[in-house]
Amino acid sequence: MDVVMLSRLQFYATSAFHFLFVPLTLGLSWIVAYMETRYVRTGDETYLAMTKFWGKIFLINFAVGVVTGITLEFQFGTNWSGYSAYVGDIFGSLLAIEATAAFFLESTFIGVWIFGWQKLSKKAHAGVAWLIAIGSNLSAVWILIANSWMQHPVGYTIRNGRAELTDFFAVITQKFAMLQIIHVLSSAILLAGFLIMGISAYHLLKKQHIDFFSRSFRIGLVCGLVGSLVVAVEGDFHAKDVTEKQPVKLAAMESLWDTTRQAPIYLFAVPDEENGRNAVELLPIPGVLSFLGHGDFNAEVKGLNDFPRDERPPVLPVFLAFRGMVALGTYFILITLYGMLRRNKLLESPLLLKAMLFSIPLPYLAIQLGWIVTELGRQPWIVWGMMRTSDAASPIAASQVIMTLIGFTLVYSLLGFAGYYLIYKHAKQGPVAAQAA
Amino acid sequence: MDLQAIWFFLWGLLWAVFFMTDGFDFGVGTLLPFLGKTDEEKQTMIAAIGPLWDGNEVWLISAGGVTFAAFPLVYSVMFSTLYSALMLILFTLILRGVSFEFRNKVEDPRWKRLWDSCIFIGSLGPALLFGVAFANIFQGIPFDGDGIYHGTLLTLLNPYGLLGGVLFVLLFLEHGALWLGIKTDGALQARATRVAAMVWPVLVVTAVTFLVASWFQTNLYANYLAHPVLFAVIAVTVLALLTVRVFIARQAWFKAWFASSLTIVGAIFYGVIGLFPNLFPSSLDPAFNLTARNASSSPLTLQIMLVVVIVFVPIVIAYQTWSYNLFKHKVAPADLAHDETY
Ligand code: HDD
Ligand code: HEM
Ligand code: HEM
Repeated sequence: MDVVMLSRLQFYATSAFHFLFVPLTLGLSWIVAYMETRYVRTGDETYLAMTKFWGKIFLINFAVGVVTGITLEFQFGTNWSGYSAYVGDIFGSLLAIEATAAFFLESTFIGVWIFGWQKLSKKAHAGVAWLIAIGSNLSAVWILIANSWMQHPVGYTIRNGRAELTDFFAVITQKFAMLQIIHVLSSAILLAGFLIMGISAYHLLKKQHIDFFSRSFRIGLVCGLVGSLVVAVEGDFHAKDVTEKQPVKLAAMESLWDTTRQAPIYLFAVPDEENGRNAVELLPIPGVLSFLGHGDFNAEVKGLNDFPRDERPPVLPVFLAFRGMVALGTYFILITLYGMLRRNKLLESPLLLKAMLFSIPLPYLAIQLGWIVTELGRQPWIVWGMMRTSDAASPIAASQVIMTLIGFTLVYSLLGFAGYYLIYKHAKQGPVAAQAA
Repeated sequence: MDLQAIWFFLWGLLWAVFFMTDGFDFGVGTLLPFLGKTDEEKQTMIAAIGPLWDGNEVWLISAGGVTFAAFPLVYSVMFSTLYSALMLILFTLILRGVSFEFRNKVEDPRWKRLWDSCIFIGSLGPALLFGVAFANIFQGIPFDGDGIYHGTLLTLLNPYGLLGGVLFVLLFLEHGALWLGIKTDGALQARATRVAAMVWPVLVVTAVTFLVASWFQTNLYANYLAHPVLFAVIAVTVLALLTVRVFIARQAWFKAWFASSLTIVGAIFYGVIGLFPNLFPSSLDPAFNLTARNASSSPLTLQIMLVVVIVFVPIVIAYQTWSYNLFKHKVAPADLAHDETY
């Protein structure tokens, strides 16, 4: 394998791993802050126990998120020096702003929150929890603006042999970024809600800590429902924006080969990239794709065959990932709606509880699939329409990347194993044991 | 001063603040296996830096981010030519970061020993490697006009580079031992401050050797000779290092730590001033040098980033100072009792 492929593999491994932990941090930070605030407002000790129990899971997860993020911050220079030199004028400033405006906030106050129980008043301590939530989510906003700029570059001109900034405001307010921010932040709330429901379901099935976990479950349920509705509704706007800005990506997401009016959605298809068609197409629903992309059942949707071969992303994984994400999104809405109906009869709904327990990994899966759609669908461009991924890698030896790829695999496996082991252990123990420890 | 020069200065400042703050974390982590005789002492040492290390580490992320934003060419060439060294630093930092959180979550000596070794490696490793890297940058790195590196990881381990590594380790050991002087008491404090007194003479000798070696190995002194008033920076740094010993003798641990902070900032600025306007000099041909002039971002980006830094960095300094102040007390058993603490 050459340096480009190896660097892509390494970037994928490290960012996907980082993003196993990030969404829980983003979503759970709000929920823990809410729980602590309820405790301060009502004086109800159960809320304090909730803050501590879910807070501990938050902290273990946070630690892995932080250390894996550092890698990403430096990898643009180590592995993508061509890219960094070419677009650093714009992209670099977004990363620097993320650090100064957001990372300091979360990292400083996380220390205060952990060690400050006795040092601060109850109110101030709860305030610190909100600062952490704001800091974490703000960091996501900046990195997503950066990512969106790679998807849809704006506010620049090509000068001095590189992309130079001309309109900062355009970069930070562009629609693509706004959509991505809403989509990702709400999917994080959804994920945190499902994690809370899943762990609560485990204990409710065993009929232990019933009050504690019923109340936790209901908080998770609201987050899961709101998150999944926002994600789905907003995802539709997202798809329309992609249709407009990255039509070839949309065609790959739907495996649509020929430009068509009243373009259908196939519930089942097997793309055949060699011959530019689908080997199998079953169960078409006519006009739906036209409607999804353009809001009009008769609109024309461009097919893959209208784009040069060397500008098409790999179709199969993008198509499957998109299908998977949307299917999971539909499931999340249905199950949380059902959960709403049963929310006061949890103990009599073992089926719901079991389903929730086994649903814990599903939002993780949906989020990973979403990124595969976005990022693999962007190929062969590293910056859409401007710079190809193959021109972006550093002039380093493949052996160097092989070494670090092995290193990351080993170290991250250790971290992932240790981190999830601790979360699992703590979640299984339940709140009382955790308090006594 | 023009924008590029301001940014050069800010770039140096961010690195200096990073080493000043995370420096004592590195020192404490390196001392962990030697000074912590019991598990409780080890926990106390970790709690002494626990609330602060993560915020301190963000200065590194900012220094990296600002390099990217203000000098993208430096970011891309520096990090790709120093690929293996930088990756080693990252791996060690990763191990350190999770260890604090993981260590006390399982009551098993083997589990704790695993993460204790990670804290040690993750503290000594970056201290040494950053020193080696900076000394090599002072000398110049063998890279060509296309940003291609003509060397290996071993090229960096030349005598002057290693001297820089040892100097950094000693600076941070001193700094960390003094921090423990502030944050602990009893037998642990006595041991830590004895280390501070013992390291000090070695540090002085190493520092002087480094100053002399730099005369032969680098071009750092050219700027000083052109503007002799700059020698004041070196004088202040050396003076700060000497006062460290005075305050140790008086058992004024906070003052000694403060003088040690000044020494570290001075040491970084000693190099940064000598480098100006080079950020990343090439040892193959000065024509390849990456400088504040030929490697910077566009004026618009530099302006916007300047506004960002002027607005946010004072805010950050304000709340970090507040948090340092909140945790300036000595670590007490009650601090270790809380379930979330490491
Ligand atoms: C700010 C920029 C940014 C952000 C927020 C992300 N990525 Fe990305 N991604 C890149 C910038 C990038 C990149 C540097 O541009 C890569 C490397 C090569 C490429 O073409 O894009 C990339 C590649 C890349 C690939 C491989 C595509 C390929 O090269 O075949 C995948 C699957 C992901 N990323 C997944 C993710 C995940 C799981 C993310 C969640 C954190 C993520 N991306 C966030
Ligand atoms: C590929 C680009 C990315 C880079 C360079 C990056 C960089 C970093 C860095 C350096 C940290 C550690 C900060 C600290 O020490 O406190 C971090 C943590 C974090 N990042 Fe990323 N990140 C990336 C992708 C993302 C994305 C896409 C999101 C969210 C949508 C995100 C959200 C976070 C959050 C919330 C944290 C806090 C710690 C945690 O998650 O547990 N990051 N990131
Ligand atoms: C239910 C219907 C959903 C629709 C219509 C939808 C739509 C989309 C679209 C069009 C993209 C690609 C945007 C691009 O290429 O830039 C995307 C990306 C993504 N999706 Fe979804 N999505 C849905 C559900 C979900 C769910 C349930 C989750 C996770 C729990 C999720 C997580 C993500 C993530 C993390 C990304 C990548 C970031 C981004 O581009 O916003 N999505 N989604």
